[in-house]
Amino acid sequence: MNAEIRPIRTPAEQALIAELGGLPAGTDRLADLRRAAARSFEEHGLPHRRVEEWKYTDLRTLMRDAVPVAGTAAVAEADARARALREVEVRRIVVANGAVVPELSDLAGLEEGLTITTLAGAIASGDEVLSRIGGILPGRYDAALALNTALAKDGVVLTVAPGVSIARPIHVAHVFAGDAAAASYARSLVVVGAGAKLTYVESFEGPEAIAYQANSATEFVVGDEAHLDVVRLQQDGGSAFHLSTILFDVGRHAQVHAFTFATGASVARTSLYATLSGDASHVGFNGAALLKGRQHSDSTLFVDHQVPGCESRELFKTVLDDSSRGVFQGKIVVRQAAQKTDGRMMSRALLLGEDAEMDNKPELEIFADDVACGHGATCGDIDEELLFYLRARGIPLKEAQSLLVQAFVGEAIETVEHDGLREALVEQAEAWLKARG
Amino acid sequence: MPAVQETVDQVRSIDVDQYKYGFFTEIESEKAPKGLTEDTIRFISAKKDEPEWMLEWRLEAFRRWQTMREPEWARVSYPPIAYQELYYYSAPKRKTALSIDDIDPEILKTYEKLGIPLRERDALLGIESGGAKVAVDAVFDSVSVATTFKEELAKAGVIFMPISEAIREYPDLVRKYLGSVVPVTDNFFATLNSAVFSDGSFVYVPKGVRCPMELSTYFRINERNTGQFERTLIIADEGAYVSYLEGCTAPQRDENQLHAAVVELVALADAEIKYSTVQNWYPGDSQGKGGIFNFVTKRGDCRGDRSKISWTQVETGSAITWKYPSCILRGDNSQGEFYSIAISNGRQQVDSGTKMIHLGKNTSSRIISKGIAAGYSDNTYRGLVSAHRKATNARNFTNCDSLLIGDKCGAHTVPYIESKNSSAHFEHEATTSKISEDQLFYCRQRGLDPEEATALIVNGFVKDVLQQLPMEFAVEAQKLIAVSLEGSVG
Repeated sequence: MNAEIRPIRTPAEQALIAELGGLPAGTDRLADLRRAAARSFEEHGLPHRRVEEWKYTDLRTLMRDAVPVAGTAAVAEADARARALREVEVRRIVVANGAVVPELSDLAGLEEGLTITTLAGAIASGDEVLSRIGGILPGRYDAALALNTALAKDGVVLTVAPGVSIARPIHVAHVFAGDAAAASYARSLVVVGAGAKLTYVESFEGPEAIAYQANSATEFVVGDEAHLDVVRLQQDGGSAFHLSTILFDVGRHAQVHAFTFATGASVARTSLYATLSGDASHVGFNGAALLKGRQHSDSTLFVDHQVPGCESRELFKTVLDDSSRGVFQGKIVVRQAAQKTDGRMMSRALLLGEDAEMDNKPELEIFADDVACGHGATCGDIDEELLFYLRARGIPLKEAQSLLVQAFVGEAIETVEHDGLREALVEQAEAWLKARG
Repeated sequence: MPAVQETVDQVRSIDVDQYKYGFFTEIESEKAPKGLTEDTIRFISAKKDEPEWMLEWRLEAFRRWQTMREPEWARVSYPPIAYQELYYYSAPKRKTALSIDDIDPEILKTYEKLGIPLRERDALLGIESGGAKVAVDAVFDSVSVATTFKEELAKAGVIFMPISEAIREYPDLVRKYLGSVVPVTDNFFATLNSAVFSDGSFVYVPKGVRCPMELSTYFRINERNTGQFERTLIIADEGAYVSYLEGCTAPQRDENQLHAAVVELVALADAEIKYSTVQNWYPGDSQGKGGIFNFVTKRGDCRGDRSKISWTQVETGSAITWKYPSCILRGDNSQGEFYSIAISNGRQQVDSGTKMIHLGKNTSSRIISKGIAAGYSDNTYRGLVSAHRKATNARNFTNCDSLLIGDKCGAHTVPYIESKNSSAHFEHEATTSKISEDQLFYCRQRGLDPEEATALIVNGFVKDVLQQLPMEFAVEAQKLIAVSLEGSVG
């Protein structure tokens, strides 16, 4: 039953390992990191359902084959693909097929204290900021992150000097451009100095019919008393495979809010790792996913309270239509030193489709006694009484359903602080409901 | 930090020497040769005078077991169990008696010390002084030594006897149901049990019968280096009702002892089974030396429509508890319940919870779990609630709360909630906290000392579950909770 079976490598694993064999030589730290990541992938391979963290997203089965790494995208196509949040006043940087496209990126007139470079540029110039890449460890083997670490060649490297407040959100638009299925890897690093303030947006888009594979990872190093808002909009094409990892290291008295909005991809997995290493910080990780057809979307959170007095809040809403499948796995760890921790995690799912499936796994792991931690999880269909109330007032069924779904995801979207972004997200949710008919 | 420094100090110095059932009964016993081979199984089967099919069943389990590996997913750590160093069968030497008077007086004394009356007249005296009538099956090491009130139960048509007797007397019933809820190959420990189980209780309540009294089994491990592997099978036929209690103790020893039991419940249409456990195996000393390794598979099958199975457990003993009483809600409109109090102190490790598997329409389940961790212990709730495609209108409510006393212990919650049906409504909530300062302050203002106040609050914390226990048991459980937490709370 529990026998250690050395599984036969799947075609996808074989292709990925072949890809990893072509890593550039080098003796610097980054090259070492890449090799270590490649080795760990060769050892563990793609996770399957017996690997606890991937229990509901069996990559060995879901990722049938690994497609070749994408080449450079045509600028015009990349431009045409990057549709998200055009109406919001942001500083846009376009990352196409895993590489920053300078022609489409607004890198002129940077605010004082803000520096933006590319990972490729930083590697070429030997920038010292590179020493921070790979600095936040998830504390467990993560196949998606290992592949990203080994294979990502470019991405955004952004720093905000201590005490600087950047008013205009930075929007990194990831797009896939091309006619054939290919894989892209992008790795970004965001360093927010002590007392600095930043709003950082990531979006993901691509063609509907091409089975491309997008793997992105972003590390956020948040200084003491800094304030960071992250908004992610995952609207990858309906045939795409989306794997992303976001990692946070949160300093003392810092405030971090992240919101993930997902409607895209055929299979999506987002892993969020947060290490609270400075006392009395406040973090909020929220999200909403709207799924239809046979989409599979997995949100996995790992919040590690290492120091006293931190507060964490998580609220995830999932709406599942047709025969889609949603997964929420959240783990709050409270170390022995982390007294006075206040952690609350909530996952709610609304099943609209009869064949939809939701798997919730909220976990608490607590080693300190003076804490107040809790989690909750619910799933079910729309409350008949609420529907009845609306219909009794003459609202047609579909409209009543839409209203209730809007209210349901609205609670999570409301946690987004930036007005323009929040409104854009509400519109996206409305558009999804409208498309549902 | 916890409520009072005094409490912390006491938790640190806690000695589980207060285990009052730690005595050993000097008695001659007959054992199977040490170790586990096919011969051991043949020996057990021959001792029990079993039919050929039973021996085959055991051997098949044994062959399967040899290919299996011990599960590692639970949050418990223990030194490897040397399965070949154990004795798999131990029975008091004097032949099991026909009447109570033939039982070795030492055994009778043991049960008297444990407060379990085996003589019906003692028990009847109990009635006169206000206690309720309870039929007891007493299992001493590997064999059942006495079953009380057999005749009175027989009048109602209820079969209550050691399973080894049932295999001989009611082979058809046993064959039909044994292994039908927990299959032979279910898991490592259940398979081991299937191969070597020596005794346990068998209950059959016929159609429409409400069992006239509570049934109870009392398990006692006495002999050194023996494993106890009991097997309980309870069948409630259509419209029947039975309430069953289980208690357990063991002597205090430096080495660990293995207990791997299997309990199977079958509820047919409109039947109800209520199964209550007060588990108080020896937990080991304050340094974690000795104690029982308790690896138990308990599962109930709500096979018929409108059937109901309810598990209530108070877990205070054992060095390691690995136990997940589950319900398979197969029949339409069937119900499953799980109420649990798990208390860990010293170096105890508890990994316990339940599974509610909703298969039928309009099935409902309820889980209330209260975990209390003190000392250096780890207390994990692990549970699964799942609704299959056809489980229309399934309902579940889960509440698991944990309380931490001291900062060297851990409390963990690992729920899995899987819904494949849109009309299923699942609600889950879990909290972890320490005793609130406000509550303590309130009690102390009214003149209670900190220890009394803590005890009062803890009792309030577990009240929801205690209420589910049959009366006599509730009183015992309440006392047990106080003893288990002695040194950390009043």
